[in-house]
Amino acid sequence: MQIVNYYPTVNLKPFSREKGEIKRNVKSEAEKPLCVWNPKPLKRVKPTNKKRLREREKTNPFSFLGQLIPLAKTGLPLWMLGLAADRLRADMNRLLSFLFHQGILDEQFLQLQQLQDETSPNFVSEVVNIYFHESEKLLRNLRSLLMDREFSDYNKMGIHLNQFMGSSSSIGAKRIRNVCLAFRAASDQNNRAGCLSALEVLEHEYCFLKNKLHELFQIQQQRVLAAGVRYPMQH
Amino acid sequence: MGNMATQTQFHVLAVDDSLIDRKLIERLLKTSSYQVTAVDSGSKALEFLGLNGENEDEERNSSVESVSAADEDHQVGVNLIITDYCMPGMTGYDLLRKIKQSSSFKDIPVVIMSSENIPSRINRCLEDGAEEFFLKPVKLSDVNKLRPHLMKGITTKTEMQSNTNKRKGSEEIQSPDRTRPRYNELEVV
Repeated sequence: MQIVNYYPTVNLKPFSREKGEIKRNVKSEAEKPLCVWNPKPLKRVKPTNKKRLREREKTNPFSFLGQLIPLAKTGLPLWMLGLAADRLRADMNRLLSFLFHQGILDEQFLQLQQLQDETSPNFVSEVVNIYFHESEKLLRNLRSLLMDREFSDYNKMGIHLNQFMGSSSSIGAKRIRNVCLAFRAASDQNNRAGCLSALEVLEHEYCFLKNKLHELFQIQQQRVLAAGVRYPMQH
Repeated sequence: MGNMATQTQFHVLAVDDSLIDRKLIERLLKTSSYQVTAVDSGSKALEFLGLNGENEDEERNSSVESVSAADEDHQVGVNLIITDYCMPGMTGYDLLRKIKQSSSFKDIPVVIMSSENIPSRINRCLEDGAEEFFLKPVKLSDVNKLRPHLMKGITTKTEMQSNTNKRKGSEEIQSPDRTRPRYNELEVV
């Protein structure tokens, strides 16, 4: 298995360059390779220069360790992998806070997350994917109904709308559901222009939510992978 | 007998035309350790229960025991039915009426779910025999409210069965099934 160095993007000074092949790896998120921890015992490093050490310790957030641990040739110390997992968790929490704070998601989404466990580890993504699939169909139906010059069947449109509203509220997509309410109000008044503008907002909100949820699932996938590399590989 | 052996869990029949809501209610119920069957329409629910219309006479003849978990003939034991209100074709309300009109299934508790908070609708359902009315989206706290209704059904059945056992003699009581989980130990599975 290919073993590469992995350098997390935290504010750390570069490690000591004493033992050759220590690369600074500033690749973008998508390109960051995984690394495997090589279970060789770590060597103690003697600081070459007390002055340099003092300087390093000023900026090194890990100076409490008393010494610098060099980046091993073939991998990272275990505790560094913890940083990657921590960063991913922070990213995930930040994204979720944003979504809740903006009213895009509500506590029903939390309920979905609570229902996910070892016996059903992909429950949230399964349900959300079903939601995406259904929603796109419903949105297309709504648009084709409204764009039809001879459109008059508000009842039929109402059925699609109710379905969309129901599944959005079951997912916890609060903002989308609220736009659906406005859409329904326009539909009750047979206000076609109002319905069209509501539909536009709906499509926009839906795209936004879909992108954010994809992002969330990507972070979660990365977390699973990061957790996976904590265990030493057998050669 | 087969009664006590087959039913170690409550069996809930969930009816909803929305796939997402079916998945959600299925997961909620499974998390609460219930066995779940999810169908997408009222007619499929009746089919599952064996209540097609032509079976009515057979069911009326058999005693209340057939409502229990006994897998006699074509009937499947169901302890609770939870159904959406708004469904194409047969609504949840129609389904409720049909269940309550059937002699063999009227004792099964029925719960209605709806995304619309319409008091007249809620009252009508409760008056016509629904045990509970849940507003969607359904949460775990709602599902927890089902337990007393299920337990009530079981104690009634146990009483009836102990009555029939007495009639049939003592052999049944001494069967090896005594070591199997009984009705009052419902958290077994």
